[in-house]
Parts: sequence; structure tokens; C-alpha cells
Amino acid sequence: MKRLINIRPSPITKVILGALPFALTLLVYLWASDIRLAENPNDKLMPAFSSFFSAMGELVFEPSQRSGEYLFLQDSISSLRRLLLGVILSASVGLVLGVLNGAIPVLRANLSPYITIVSLIPPMAVLPILFIVFGLDELSKVMLIFIGITPFLIRDLQSKTLELPSEQLIKAQTLGASTWQIIIRVMLPQVLPRLIEALRLSLGPAWLFLIAAEAIAAQNGLGYRIFLVRRYLSMDIILPYVVWITLLAFLFDWLLHVFSERAFPWFHTSR
Amino acid sequence: MSFININNIWKQYDQTIVLERVSAKVEAGEFITLVGTSGCGKTTFLKMLLGTESPSRGSITMDNIPIPQEPGADRGIVFQKYSVFPHLTALQNLILAREFERAPLLGKLFGQSRKEVTEQAQAMLTLVGLEHTDDRYPQQLSGGMQQRLAIAQALMKQPKILLLDEPFGALDPGIRADMHQLILKIWQQTRVNIFMITHDLKEGFYLGTRLWVFDKVRYDPQAPNAYGATITYDIPLGHTDRNTYKEINESLHHSDTLVTRTEHE
Repeated sequence: MKRLINIRPSPITKVILGALPFALTLLVYLWASDIRLAENPNDKLMPAFSSFFSAMGELVFEPSQRSGEYLFLQDSISSLRRLLLGVILSASVGLVLGVLNGAIPVLRANLSPYITIVSLIPPMAVLPILFIVFGLDELSKVMLIFIGITPFLIRDLQSKTLELPSEQLIKAQTLGASTWQIIIRVMLPQVLPRLIEALRLSLGPAWLFLIAAEAIAAQNGLGYRIFLVRRYLSMDIILPYVVWITLLAFLFDWLLHVFSERAFPWFHTSR
Repeated sequence: MSFININNIWKQYDQTIVLERVSAKVEAGEFITLVGTSGCGKTTFLKMLLGTESPSRGSITMDNIPIPQEPGADRGIVFQKYSVFPHLTALQNLILAREFERAPLLGKLFGQSRKEVTEQAQAMLTLVGLEHTDDRYPQQLSGGMQQRLAIAQALMKQPKILLLDEPFGALDPGIRADMHQLILKIWQQTRVNIFMITHDLKEGFYLGTRLWVFDKVRYDPQAPNAYGATITYDIPLGHTDRNTYKEINESLHHSDTLVTRTEHE
């Protein structure tokens, strides 16, 4: 018998093993839901799948009686817009400051301690300030995401820039490169795939901040809807929304990964 | 005046003296190999030529001008590894040298000028025996090919001196022999000044026109850092007798057991 650490699953076994927890969760839910519904047909906590379809059908396909909007679509668009705006803004600032900090010791001495301290401020604690300063509209939600993930991105990309072998920087100098040329031709292109990695890690927090901000003050959005229908214990809406958010999060993660593999083949062959 | 003048340089970190009383004159076109035990300061010496370290005392001048305290285009370098850029293909790695020169703002060339430098880069790839690797990334090249690329890249700027820091240390013996041929060919064609550190004394003797051995002449067992290394042998090569080789070989091996050596003294 081989040691456990040396036993590798075949590709098919791997798929089956990976699918098992999902199937199990689903089965346990169906089983428990059946038991509860048998006892009390009006149970709201674990609705049957048919309830999901009827509840979501209304939100997806029928315009709201109050506003005439398709709520599910509207929620998704609003949330995605806030999320993407926040993430793109953070990525741009994080990339520029991270690389510059990593490249220029004087700037690093100047900014690094400040960013370290700022990154320790719990973003949720300043949410009230954001609401006061930026109002209850879109801007405060985007800003929460921005404040939540930018310090991490800056610090991560700064350290990734510093991790580039000093030999490379010396080599570039012996080829006559200026500071600016080293930044745009040696550092930046090598940090870009690492930015994608960092973004994949910060998408989780980004969603967290988005939903938190929407829960507290919004007119629409995925997080807003979940917290709204909580009052009526509408698990038939909450659960599909959670699944949808998870699916979106997974999709972004996957897209970023695929993009990185296409755009930076050299980065992925080296591992 | 000679091409490079090394005037009584010392290098000291806090209480540790790495190099002391190093003096030498180097004429243009010499190929100098540097040997010595690890930690003897030969890399520190190379870094002074490179400009990433500066002497604590004394001076090094090239063409009568002190060597600047940062790396520059007149001094090329090849390290044991990490010498090429992993995010650029072999060809792009060479083109980059021209792009730094001709595109100060974007660091990138387009159109006709790019075509022009591409031809130069391809010629350089052919010179080092990498003619069919244009589109390959460094990780897709073997260790020997990566070092060929690194050498080609350093040559793109036509440096006055080429510094090699154990460039073949990580290569297999067979490949190393090919690299020796390559470096000799390049040296004969360009007559660039070469300083090459090596661990392999045979390599040091075989290549080059002059061999420097770095070692400590004074040693205090109670204060091992009190004295630095200097050039103990400065041998013109090509007509070295077998005894000298043996002598140096022994002195290098003895340095590993310094206490025994002081007893001999």
C-alpha cells in the first residue's frame, strides 16, 4: 500500500470526488426540506425547489408593479456596476502606487508607513463617514469597496515589485535603461499577472463590502434585495440570490484566471 | 595610463574587512579570470566594477574616470541566473536594449525602426547560436541557452567591459565546454574587456589572458575578519607551468581549513 500522500486520484475520480460535496449539500437540503414541509406545508425556512422557481420567476420575468422594472435584472446590473467600478478603480490606483512604491525607495519611505496604517482601519467602521461625505448614492458604495481593497492591493503589488530579482534591475541598467523605462518595461509587465492574482483574492472582500453597503442604504442591488426580503423570511428569494452571487463571483474568478493565462503565457509556464 | 586603474582599494563593512590593498592595471582587451574561495571578496570586487558597490578607500578608474556608483551601459553583466527578462521572448530580450536607447518615453519601438533593430537582434542571436529561438520565452530555453541569451543581451550595447559572475556555474560540464568556445569566440571578435569569476580553477586557466587569485595574506584566528583578501597571484596566462597551477590549487584548498594553514605559517 502506498502512502496516502502518494495516492493520486484519476481524472474521473477527481471529478466525482469534487462533485460529491455539492451533491451531498443538495441532497441534505432536499431531505430536510421535505421533512419540514411534511410537518408544516407553510414552512418558510427551507422552501421546496418549486417555491424557488415561482418566487424567482416573478422577479426575473415580471416587471415590478411599483416601478415597472425587472427587479432581478435591475439588482444585478446595479450591483455589478458598483462592484466593477470599485474594483477597477482600486486596481488602477493599487497598480500605480504599488509599482511606484516598489520601484522608488524615496517614495516608499514616504508612503509605505502611511498605507500600512491606513490598511489597518476597518473599512466598515468608516462606512458612516462615507455615507456622510459621499451621500447615500452610488459613490459611497464604490468608495467603500475602494477603501476596503486598495490598501491591500498597494501593499501586495509593492512587495511583488520588490520581489523581482535585483539582477534583472541591474541588467536593465547595464542596458542603459532609465528609471522610467525600467518601470514600464521591466517592472510593470511582470507585476500585471500578479495584479490579476491579487484581484482574484480581493474579489471576496469586494463583494462583502458591496453587500454590506447595499444592506444599509440602497434602492436596489443584490445585497439590498436580500436584506429587504429578510423581513418576510423569504428564503425562496434569499437562497437563489445567494447562489446567483456565488455564481457571479466564481465567474469573475474564472474569467480573470483565463485572461491571465492568455495574456501572460510566460507567467504560467514558469510554475 | 592603462585602461582600468585599480589604486589601492579597500572594502570594509563595519568591522569586517573584505578587501585590502588591491591594486592592478588592466589594458584594453584583456580577459581576466578571477578565482578564490567563497567569501574572499571576488564578487565584491566585481560589484565595484559594476557600480553597485563602491570602495571604502582607494579608487577604480576606467579611461581615467572613476567608475560611477551605479550600473551603466558601458559595463555589461551576466549573472549565474536571473540575467534575462522572463516576460520577454528571446528576440524581445535583445530588442529591449535598443528600445531603451531609442525610445526614452515608451521604451518600445514600432514600424520601420523596430524592423531595423529586429534584424540586429536576429544577427546577435545567430552569433551566440540561438537562431531558431526568436519566439521562445526564457523558461522554455535550457540553462545553457539562457546564458547564451544573457551574453547576447549584454553584447547588444557593445560595452567596454563585460563582467561575468560565475556565468557557467550552474551548467553541465559538456555544455560548459560549448560556452567556453562561445565566450572565446566573442572575445576574439569584439576584443571586449572581460572579467570573469569562476569557481573552477581549470576554467580560470583555460580561458582568459590573465588570472587573479583572491586570498588573504594575513590571518588572525582570534579575529578572522580583521584582514581582507587581496590579489595574491596575478598571472599572465598562456605560458603557465604545471607547478604554479598545483600551487594555487593547493592554496585554494588550504583556505578551507584556515587554522591548519596558519600553523604552517
